[in-house]
Amino acid sequence: MTRDHILHRIRTALGRSAGQAVADPPPVRIRIAEVDREARVRSFTTRLEALAGKVYYVTTDAEARDLVASAIEGKTAVASNAPYLRECGITGIAGVETGITGRDELRERCAAAGVGITSADYALADTGSLVMLSTPREARLVSLLPPAHIAVVPVERLLTGLDELMSILPHPGDATSSMVLITGPSRTADIEQILVRGVHGPGQITVVLVG
Amino acid sequence: MSVEFDQKIHDTLADPKLQLAIYTSTARLKQNRINTVAAEVLPDYQELRSQANAIKKHSIENLDHYLEEFERNVTARGGKVVYCKDGTEVSDFVLTLAKERGARLIVKSKSMTTEEVDLNERLEHHGLESVETDLGEYILQLAHERPYHIVAPALHKTRYDVAEIFSQSLHVPNETVIENQTMLARRVLREKFLAADIGISGANFLVADSGAVVLIENEGNARLTTSAPKIHIAIAGIEKVIPRAQDLATFLKLLARSATGQLLSVYTSFLSGPRREGEIDGPDEFYVVLLDNGRTRLLPDKEKRQTLYCIRCGACLNTCPVYRKIGGHSFPWVYSGPIGAILTPQFMGVQHEPGLPFASSLCGACGEVCPVKIDIPKVLLDLRNEVQKAQTREKLNRWEKLAFRAFAWLMTHPRVYELAGRMAAAMAPSVDSRWISSVPPLMNLPPVRAWLSQRDLPPAPERSFREMWRQRR
Amino acid sequence: MGERVALFVTCIVDQLFPKVGMAMASVLEHLGYQVDFPENQTCCGQPAFNSGYRQEARTVARHFLDTFANAERIVVPSGSCTSMIVHHFAELFHKEPETLERVHAMEKRVWEFSTFLTEVAKVEDVGARLDEVVTFHDGCHSLREMGVREGPRRLLSKVRGLELREMQPAEECCGFGGTFAVKFAELSGAMARTKIDAILATGAGTVVSVDPSCLMQIQGALSRAGKSVRTMHLAEVLASR
Repeated sequence: MTRDHILHRIRTALGRSAGQAVADPPPVRIRIAEVDREARVRSFTTRLEALAGKVYYVTTDAEARDLVASAIEGKTAVASNAPYLRECGITGIAGVETGITGRDELRERCAAAGVGITSADYALADTGSLVMLSTPREARLVSLLPPAHIAVVPVERLLTGLDELMSILPHPGDATSSMVLITGPSRTADIEQILVRGVHGPGQITVVLVG
Repeated sequence: MSVEFDQKIHDTLADPKLQLAIYTSTARLKQNRINTVAAEVLPDYQELRSQANAIKKHSIENLDHYLEEFERNVTARGGKVVYCKDGTEVSDFVLTLAKERGARLIVKSKSMTTEEVDLNERLEHHGLESVETDLGEYILQLAHERPYHIVAPALHKTRYDVAEIFSQSLHVPNETVIENQTMLARRVLREKFLAADIGISGANFLVADSGAVVLIENEGNARLTTSAPKIHIAIAGIEKVIPRAQDLATFLKLLARSATGQLLSVYTSFLSGPRREGEIDGPDEFYVVLLDNGRTRLLPDKEKRQTLYCIRCGACLNTCPVYRKIGGHSFPWVYSGPIGAILTPQFMGVQHEPGLPFASSLCGACGEVCPVKIDIPKVLLDLRNEVQKAQTREKLNRWEKLAFRAFAWLMTHPRVYELAGRMAAAMAPSVDSRWISSVPPLMNLPPVRAWLSQRDLPPAPERSFREMWRQRR
Repeated sequence: MGERVALFVTCIVDQLFPKVGMAMASVLEHLGYQVDFPENQTCCGQPAFNSGYRQEARTVARHFLDTFANAERIVVPSGSCTSMIVHHFAELFHKEPETLERVHAMEKRVWEFSTFLTEVAKVEDVGARLDEVVTFHDGCHSLREMGVREGPRRLLSKVRGLELREMQPAEECCGFGGTFAVKFAELSGAMARTKIDAILATGAGTVVSVDPSCLMQIQGALSRAGKSVRTMHLAEVLASR
């Protein structure tokens, strides 16, 4: 069998035997900076805006709701099933479809929608990233198919960066089949190195930090 | 070197459009990288490189262990690992699965590993439609060309080239505005994503402790490839495995910066098994194909196995003064640039293109920018030695071998060396102190001719240093 | 000082650019060193090593080790030749423990010229004068294998009348690469022309380097292009009064 053949070749090449123990790998390198909330919001905003994303920082759920309502005016929107979106009243905005649990229906609605609205599990301040785990509450395609993506995120979920994320979530695979770090709008420079946004994923990304 | 290699280099050097495209694209990528790894911007850069090198070294030296751990965890999450020794086994697996599932349409995200084994060609030969979805790769697929660069595959194409390719293949009117070309591709490919039965991706990393595949991209095509179709197959070389998810804290800080000067690529996906209970979308079936294709042949060599540390960032290409002149298609195989120069001979044998390890001035810029600290110049030197030994065995380098034997003899017989120097100086023309653009026929040996084809030679000095030294006493 | 230094002038300086060797000797003597020239010296073996001929390189390397066995300090007007000795001799003899010991002892005694001045003689001002606008070419082996970058610039900054202008882009290979220059001549020539474009853009009248092979490549290309910019080894600049 190819599996045994390949593993055997590997072991022979390395001078190892089957089941042989390994020395410890180099210790994991995680360095978490001390950054207060204000600075984190500033950093997140600067980073994402540098990538042509939009960032808003509001204090109340109601403000968040109003912001989203005006952003999606005149457009069709699909909202994920994140409880937070319901809490903010966003799922109640006219024109927003939500509560979809069927895969085919979700895909169809997302493909037709102008905006995808989600929350996010975390955000990363040092890179301007969103962290989204695929769960019954957050489907993958809501942040991927529509040409615009709005994420409404409680500011407590804003981490300093990747290191902090990896220390909180050392085994993302325990929680989900898909964790995505989203850093700005979809882009390419494949033709003459000219930047174009919104190739396959959303070309517009808006993050509303709340709290 | 082969005539073919020589010809391809010449053709690229002689094409001013190509020269401009290659040079300016790589210049931008090169500078972007410098901006994001500069000491003021990333003070930990050298430390991160050392850490990345150490992790890769450990992973490769214990590769069987981590592959088995990876496999256990993939299986535990409901996925399946398939070991394949070569391209035939890969396509057999895909074809069998496709047949069993009645699959006809495949979407693919960028994977140099699948280029190694010409996967698309094999699948198409058996009647499947396999569509590249990365914009650059899509353009090349339509043009029936190989990637020009690991990260920027269509670097050599202008918008006019793209307009022609699209209008011929997609039967659309000629469109030269880049944004419109991109939107056209988006429309066409979106239909494919949503209709595809199988999504095939590569893998930037295979995470052993999670049974996960990490995909790094900017367009969103890898996310769509792995989220829309019901079946996801990730195809990766066995060397891609790293021990822990937390090691990504090291690698992710290096990869995008080294490749394009981004802090992080737009999408970093961590995919572990098919969709879980309750997840609304995602694939129902998750396969990881672990490909050998010659990697195990490389492994025994303790000095050169560092070649397998590569994380395919392309930084070495962008900084290489040779790549920046000869471009990706001068290289004999799918991997180009400095990493290609050391990978290809080790996969294909040094006789595949004996000139390849010599197509370098050994400037060392590649080793300096490699995020995992592969000592590319050292491997190149090792490979040169191997080429020489192979050619000596085959008696292919008789004259050169003789010349270097003579060189060694001359350099260990100082009086003869001095005499030889005086004789050569006497033969050489010397009009005042001007540099020479031609020599008498007796001196016009191939190396002299080659030198003079591009630049002038220094005039022979009146006296050598040692003669001057003696005379000042 | 009166301390002795031995010159390893390198085969290329000996045969093609002897004035570089004389300039280097002149600077060292000006600093009070007693300069020796072991007559048996020839080459460091780099051409053979770079072309994959390790057996032949070893032969030449052994001759070097013998020639300089008794020299306490060896100064070399070439970063790439110095690198061959201090970095690659060990690779050549990794299977010969006795020779390897001699190599390791040798590694401590061999100095690239500018490094010798700044690190051993610990001087930056050697009393030179040269009224020229110059640009400095960082040879790749000197730069990346020997870490030579700031030293020559500090030395040049003390030369009276000299103005230094940096090339853009900096730190790009001139295309010499040893036998590469003739095995891949057209490519090497293309790289040289890119280098001289950068040089000409500075407006400097002189290119300075610590590597004679780079200077040969660059001057060869300048001359072929009909340009009057000249090249000087750092030693020649520092010997100018």
